[in-house]
Amino acid sequence: MKTIESGTLTGKGLHLSFGSNHVLRGIDLHVERGTTASVIGPSGSGKSTLLRVLNRLIEPDQGDILLDGRSVLKDNPDELRRRIGMVFQQFNLFPHKTVLDNVSLALRKLRKMSAGEAREKALAQLDLVGLKHKADVRPGNLSGGQQQRVAIARALAMDPEVMFFDEATSALDPELVKGVLALMADLASAGMTMVVVTHEMGFSRNVSDTVTFMDGGVVVESGPPSAIFDDAQTPRLRSFLSDVL
Amino acid sequence: MDALEQLGKTFFDWEAMAAVLPDLLTVGLPNTLLLALASGIIGTIVGMLLAIMGISRNRVLRWIARIYTDIFRGLPAVVIILLIGLGLGPILRQVTGSTSPYPLGILALSLIASAYIGEIFRSGIQSVEKGQLEASRALGFSYGASMQLVVVPQGVRRVLPALVNQFISLIKESSLIYFIGLVASERELFRVGNDAASNTGNLSPLIAAGVLYLCLTIPLTHLVNFIDTRLRVGRKQKPEPDELAAVIPTSGGAKA
Repeated sequence: MKTIESGTLTGKGLHLSFGSNHVLRGIDLHVERGTTASVIGPSGSGKSTLLRVLNRLIEPDQGDILLDGRSVLKDNPDELRRRIGMVFQQFNLFPHKTVLDNVSLALRKLRKMSAGEAREKALAQLDLVGLKHKADVRPGNLSGGQQQRVAIARALAMDPEVMFFDEATSALDPELVKGVLALMADLASAGMTMVVVTHEMGFSRNVSDTVTFMDGGVVVESGPPSAIFDDAQTPRLRSFLSDVL
Repeated sequence: MDALEQLGKTFFDWEAMAAVLPDLLTVGLPNTLLLALASGIIGTIVGMLLAIMGISRNRVLRWIARIYTDIFRGLPAVVIILLIGLGLGPILRQVTGSTSPYPLGILALSLIASAYIGEIFRSGIQSVEKGQLEASRALGFSYGASMQLVVVPQGVRRVLPALVNQFISLIKESSLIYFIGLVASERELFRVGNDAASNTGNLSPLIAAGVLYLCLTIPLTHLVNFIDTRLRVGRKQKPEPDELAAVIPTSGGAKA
């Protein structure tokens, strides 16, 4: 993987409401380039929404988002999202396109690569996730784990500066989780900047550099994995950990 | 026996059918097909526009689509055909010098078809999972490009059977065009059959016209069933779950 010189991502004082539902209540998050930040917390705590605000799929009501120290709120959001890859719980592959087309679509249409170039690049990317031999099948013919790895290849093909994972293994059968987590760990150790919303506490503890615990739309605690998992300061985090561990 | 013979004569007079068949095939059939195809194509284009407007975030566009759809789907086809055909006839004559109401017939059928097709497309597009748009936007595609490349193609695929059904009813509704008065060469199937029936006082020509309608519509209904099955079952299935599962742990450094 080529070295990526940018990718430090910062969210500052992010607020978001849906009507009277105050989903994010002043979130601060800092992810240093080349590190992996995991975000944990109970369902409905705003973790997934936070990811969507950070790449402006949803515009925040208040606060700022900085990439390499520069605010991106005034940028064209489509261009911002080309710099941030995202992987979803439900994979969201395009079912009407082949695996290869899923990966090469954005390369052709957004990066303006020729069909041949895009194909080369997409195949190389599929090879990285071990699915080059499935290039010509439709996603519906793949297992969940394979679909998720195609989705990861699709996001990586755009050479993103940051990767978001939104509960990427939550919809997978237990025996398929390992392969996807291993791929994510490989990415992390290769120096990709990642924000990982996850319920996999093992992954969060072993792979991430920082852990952020969210509850009720606020960051309750954050720090290195050891501080979060072995030295929880707040009753809320202690009760969450005792529920999930 | 006499009554049966009478009935047979009324409906299945082979000579009367044979007499009208050339007109049905050379005049009626081409006109029916032209009316249905032209209004089908226009209706599909306008219908797609209505569907996109109907799901737009712009309230004015949504209202326009809503009102258009409510009117042209809510009125009887005959009313629209008569109002358009007779009402706009004089204007068309002034503009083009032509007295033929034929284009107005196509217009009326297109208005009706587009209202229905718009609703078909809208329901198809809205049935596409939200995650599809989200994933496309997350890659960096604009809303318009996402709709065009990802959402609309999937939505259209899902409603292909309904679309063919709509085309079947268009073939049948094209018979209502006779209300606005067509010259001999512009008559569609029903009108050709009906004229011959009035001239001879025998319904057999209408039966012949009916058979030709069935020749068009029955294959289409079977096409619908075929598409429907294909969409549900897929072209050919390649179930190889065991091999798939075995592939997973081989990369990414995971142990099985």
